[in-house]
Amino acid sequence: MITTTIGSLKKNSSSPRVILGTVMTGLSGLCMILTLIPLIAVLFFVFVQGFSRLDTDLFTQLPPPPGLDEGGLANAIIGTLVVVGIAVVIAVPVGVLAAVYLSEFSHGNKFATSIRFATNVLSGVPSIIAGIFAFGLLVSSGIVGFSAIAGGVALAVLMLPTIIRTTDEALKIVPQEIRWAALGVGAYNYQTVLKIVLPAALPGIVTGITLAIARAAGETAPLIFTALFSNFWPNISPQGLAEPIATLSVLVYNFAILPFKPQQELAWAGSLILVLLVLGTSILARLATRRKVY
Amino acid sequence: MTQSDYSNTDKIMMGERSPLEKTFDQGFRWLTLGFAISIGLILISIAVIIAVGAFPAIKQFNFSFFTNSNWNPVTDEYGVIAVIYGTIVSSLISLIIAIPLGVGAAVFLSEDFIPEQIRTVLVFLVELLAAIPSVVYGLWGIFVLIPITTVFGTWLNQNFGWFPLFSSPPAGPGMLPAGIVLSIMILPIIIAISRDSLASLPPDLRQASLGLGATRWETIFRVLIPAAISGIMGGVMLALGRAMGETMAATMIIGNSNRLSISILDPANTIASLIANQFAEASGLQISALMYAGLVLMLLTLIVNILAEYIVNQVKAKYE
Repeated sequence: MITTTIGSLKKNSSSPRVILGTVMTGLSGLCMILTLIPLIAVLFFVFVQGFSRLDTDLFTQLPPPPGLDEGGLANAIIGTLVVVGIAVVIAVPVGVLAAVYLSEFSHGNKFATSIRFATNVLSGVPSIIAGIFAFGLLVSSGIVGFSAIAGGVALAVLMLPTIIRTTDEALKIVPQEIRWAALGVGAYNYQTVLKIVLPAALPGIVTGITLAIARAAGETAPLIFTALFSNFWPNISPQGLAEPIATLSVLVYNFAILPFKPQQELAWAGSLILVLLVLGTSILARLATRRKVY
Repeated sequence: MTQSDYSNTDKIMMGERSPLEKTFDQGFRWLTLGFAISIGLILISIAVIIAVGAFPAIKQFNFSFFTNSNWNPVTDEYGVIAVIYGTIVSSLISLIIAIPLGVGAAVFLSEDFIPEQIRTVLVFLVELLAAIPSVVYGLWGIFVLIPITTVFGTWLNQNFGWFPLFSSPPAGPGMLPAGIVLSIMILPIIIAISRDSLASLPPDLRQASLGLGATRWETIFRVLIPAAISGIMGGVMLALGRAMGETMAATMIIGNSNRLSISILDPANTIASLIANQFAEASGLQISALMYAGLVLMLLTLIVNILAEYIVNQVKAKYE
């Protein structure tokens, strides 16, 4: 073997090693392309099918009864806003303050390690399990019944790990000197955290929350037996929050499996709105993380 | 500022901290600690609430739950062997498709085949793949993927029908299209974690290998992938956990049939899709049985995820 290559430092393009390399490079590129095909196919169909149904009725009308044409999904859009809003009200304070403890006050003790571990485990919990949890906690125990609140609690459980993890990461990036400087001029711990550290980490935290919201808005499994569905306008009042409510994601699921064309078109339009939401927040998140305070 | 302003500030600076503020400061600390504890409590109460809900079914069926393949709400007879089989097989199909594609794409993204900027865009697109809601994949699966897999499945059945896995004519929804959609959904996890573990390898490894005269792909196969293999395995485990727990895409595409069938062209069911499909209309013992199934699913994903976490952490500790 050695004797054949002595004297020639040129790359022999017909040697099996070189050919193997070229073939493998091509194959790995092919893997990359095959990975992106589904993304393009999904986006293509959602955009083509969804846009054909995109009009003002979509945002102002109720869904039509089975068999009838036209209508919109205004109640589901409002419902998604309500349910996700409830989830945000619960998950953001809990998530951000828990992350503040992990990053600012725990000094990396054993307890913090186990809470970080619990966060990771929680993020691996299937979304349908969060639904059963909210059902068992609020619905079957008779506290509120099938309702926007039960749906919001289920979504909050799913949002928590994302918020904690991104806030934790964002706080870690804030330089230690800033904390020392704040404490050095006599600030309390709470002043350091609330007025100095959290504002510095804000872009990262907001990004995390936005991504969590986008993910929660698309979640279906935890809502189908907590928030259920409704064909009518949501009742926007404290009592209304304890009633079943329509959401975009559940509407897509319910209408996709109906044999009626108008309902299927609405399902595509609902998907388009969800996909645009995800696309928009992902791009915004990219831009936000590019700007750094320190 | 006037003289009096300065003296005023002086007084404040020299003054003792008020007890109220001290208490508030302490209180803030305890508040954050309380929220941190609540994360652990949520995790525990998820397990407890589901276990309590499942208790009547556990008492009634005990271990026969795992040997019975019937799921019959009419006779109140429940067993999960068929859905456990469906969960495992659909996850395996998705892994068989996603592992080679994912690792291949991860290698492509961690090497310098194409300019950095284009790679950043590709990484973003892969992240987007993970962000699309599963119900949208389900809708796409029903109207776009199932017609394609039905044609492909008919061909498989006609030419390879002697093979048990392809022994039935495709009914439309089934294990195969569900496995394919699951593979799309877990690809981003495998790519992201494989790419991270390849990128975090010390550069000395690559330099040493190239210095000994190995080509790029010899380096990748014999040095880089073996060194990153535990990270890649961790990513695959996480992906497996995701595939087992994935609900909407599965329930819309798999056909929701509780009959145990060896052919992957037949409709089937997974634990998650069974729960999604029946929970809203269930009552009495059926709810309890569904919660029992949920408990099984939670334990399965918990074991897989903790293993994955452990493996990924081992790798981090090795190179940090």
